[in-house]
Amino acid sequence: MPEPALFSARIQAQFPAGVLATHQFRGDDTVVVRPEALREVAQFLRDDPACACLVLSDATAVDYLKYPSGQEQSPSGTVPTTRFEVVYHLYSLEHNQRVRVKVPVEAAAPQVESLTPVWPAANWFEREIWDMFGIRFAGHPNLKRLLMYEEFDGHPLRKDYPVTKRQPLIGPAT
Amino acid sequence: MAETLLNPSSSPADTAPVAYETRDMLLNVGPQHPAMHGIIRIVVRLDGETVKGVDVEIGYLHRGFEKMCEQGGYNHAIPYTDRLNYVSPLINNVGYCMAIEKLMGLTVPERGQYIRVIMSEISRITDHLTCIGASAMELGAFTVFLYMIKAREYLWELIEMVTGARLTISYCRVGGVKADLPEGFEERTRGAIRQVREVLKECDKLLTRNRIFVDRMKGIGVLSRADALAYSVTGPFLRSTGVNYDVRKAQPYLVYDRLQFEVPLGQHGDNLDRYFCRMEEMEQSLRIVEQCLTQLPGGPIQVDDEGRPMAAAEMVDEAKMGRIQAIAGAAPVTDPTLEGTNKSFSQRVNAPAKRAVLPPKDDTYGNIEGLMQHFKLIMYGHGIRPPKGEVYQAVEGANGELGFYVVSDGTDKPYRVRVRPPCLPIMATLPIILTDDMLADIVPTFGSVNMIGGELDR
Amino acid sequence: MFGQANWLTTKVDSAVGWARKFSIFQYPFVTACCGMEYMATACSHYDVDRFGAGFPRFSPRQADVLFVVGTISHKMAPVLKKIYDQMADPKWVVAFGVCTCTGGFYDNYATVMGIDTIIPVDVYIPGCPPRPENVLDGLMKLQAKIQAQHSGTPLGTSSEAIAAGLHA
Repeated sequence: MPEPALFSARIQAQFPAGVLATHQFRGDDTVVVRPEALREVAQFLRDDPACACLVLSDATAVDYLKYPSGQEQSPSGTVPTTRFEVVYHLYSLEHNQRVRVKVPVEAAAPQVESLTPVWPAANWFEREIWDMFGIRFAGHPNLKRLLMYEEFDGHPLRKDYPVTKRQPLIGPAT
Repeated sequence: MAETLLNPSSSPADTAPVAYETRDMLLNVGPQHPAMHGIIRIVVRLDGETVKGVDVEIGYLHRGFEKMCEQGGYNHAIPYTDRLNYVSPLINNVGYCMAIEKLMGLTVPERGQYIRVIMSEISRITDHLTCIGASAMELGAFTVFLYMIKAREYLWELIEMVTGARLTISYCRVGGVKADLPEGFEERTRGAIRQVREVLKECDKLLTRNRIFVDRMKGIGVLSRADALAYSVTGPFLRSTGVNYDVRKAQPYLVYDRLQFEVPLGQHGDNLDRYFCRMEEMEQSLRIVEQCLTQLPGGPIQVDDEGRPMAAAEMVDEAKMGRIQAIAGAAPVTDPTLEGTNKSFSQRVNAPAKRAVLPPKDDTYGNIEGLMQHFKLIMYGHGIRPPKGEVYQAVEGANGELGFYVVSDGTDKPYRVRVRPPCLPIMATLPIILTDDMLADIVPTFGSVNMIGGELDR
Repeated sequence: MFGQANWLTTKVDSAVGWARKFSIFQYPFVTACCGMEYMATACSHYDVDRFGAGFPRFSPRQADVLFVVGTISHKMAPVLKKIYDQMADPKWVVAFGVCTCTGGFYDNYATVMGIDTIIPVDVYIPGCPPRPENVLDGLMKLQAKIQAQHSGTPLGTSSEAIAAGLHA
């Protein structure tokens, strides 16, 4: 029985203009797509029977502000080009395969289309990304902070947020 | 209508049902509530006693795990991982270390893998014991809680024998485990397994056919298959709806492919099915531990005697004073608390990677190469340096798929560590599973969710 | 007679202290991992019931000792203050676990560096998490403190009562 094709290869075949790069590293399959193509890629991954990624395992973001550049090429092959990247991990129960979808996001007014209509699980994951990184999700039904309190100013997981900068509701700020 | 009440002679057929004008009530459950395991706020909209709408607010235990991981070296994050799912800390340790090992391409030797499996399964049992015990207590079965915590104590004594601590153990390291199993572990474990099985039998007799327990759990908190998959629910919650997804079977890691165990599945997706799944999973975990004990490959290997024994601390002092002649031809004897980290044990449980794994303690104390290797891994600015890249490793936590996504920038500090918390998607389904049940049903449903604050809020 | 310590009031105070220290109604404000060790202390192996502290009271109005068990984040801090304020005198606070004593190793934007920045603490039980034996030790120190205190109003202290309390 032939090996099922990697999901990244399928996505590349289906959306040649939307895919920026693909690579495989340590058994993980990754595809980097344009923000404009994200929604279609997501719909395809869920609905195409050869992919059938019914489970959105995880959605998170990475802030590449302090990522060292100019050194040796990463063995995984991709070098981040924008400040943020939103990373989705998808899993197909039927084919028992995973794929990682990454979307580069600019630093100024970072925004991505929400995947809540495709996978309801994205609702809370995206709220957390908004809370921690400040990336907005267009079309999200309820984009408010998940872990921090409303009065908190800033996005703590950004690399330029100092780790000990406290904003207490009551009590001293030391 | 008042006439009907005042004139009981009118026949019941004349009275039409009364339509009262009512308003829904908003009730706050939490953040501090005795039946909430940990701190969470559930705002319910009630129509009488029926729950019509639910809003969940989390984040009361957010401790900045992901930010703290970026502050120190790769091994420095291990104590933080203990406190994620603090009822099954070893599974978090194992997951994190496996992610780093995947990034670096290291393979832990077989004995180390078996030890990790044994400790993971013992952790899984303690998690399920705490979950079922606490949720039974909230339904009034206080005895079951006491029995299960007693069983948990037997297992914690076992864990303490191996790792030195009961709860926050920091046992795994990148490339292996901290130290080998102590002498007498197998005997002690078999004894503990026997005792835990007895407790499980007693608790089963107390709960499984108990009319009150079944009535309160059956048909309550139902989650359908489609919803469970759409919300990326995993673990006993998903398996209670009938979907067979267990990371240990789907994408086996460590030595799970050599072990025989079954994955219990439910049918209805209600609280009772989750209770059954967890009880059965405990039995399967005990089976796995027994198989591992039998299959565990050989213990400490024979190392050549290198000279006359001398206390390690004494050796270090002599060397510092420059009295090299005194230590020539001496073999260091380390303190008994470092038993299990010496050369004869270390090679069995740690990967042979000089740049990732600490040297055995008698090398650290006994010769300069060991000392240098130790320094290169401990000193600030040095340490484990995985190649640049990113990796996602999933293990089967007690609540479901526990994933670690690690991005490395080639330096000694992790660039980004992300934990995929298994109970976050489950908590997101609370509005679905609580709606249309009664207010009192929130308690058993929430108990079966097994929300662990450390994991949910990180 | 009231306002100076004499033999009768000292003995009555001792008796009240003795009664109070052996009937502790605790409010377990459990947040994190320390809660597991709290459960272990409360259950059969280490049994806190033999100290008279076995009944938790989940209403602040009915409790006298607030056991703050586990990390307090800044989001939770106002809730903690509210619960403390709602408790009636006499009340004591036990900081259980190093996160409540000093913040533990979570020195970051989210954690309160010690609950004594918000509410007054009587006994600190460090440990991450503290062993049940440590918890019982802390409980006994709290009991000594309860024995030595006088009904919450500042009547002055009698050295005899304190000496009796500390050896109790």
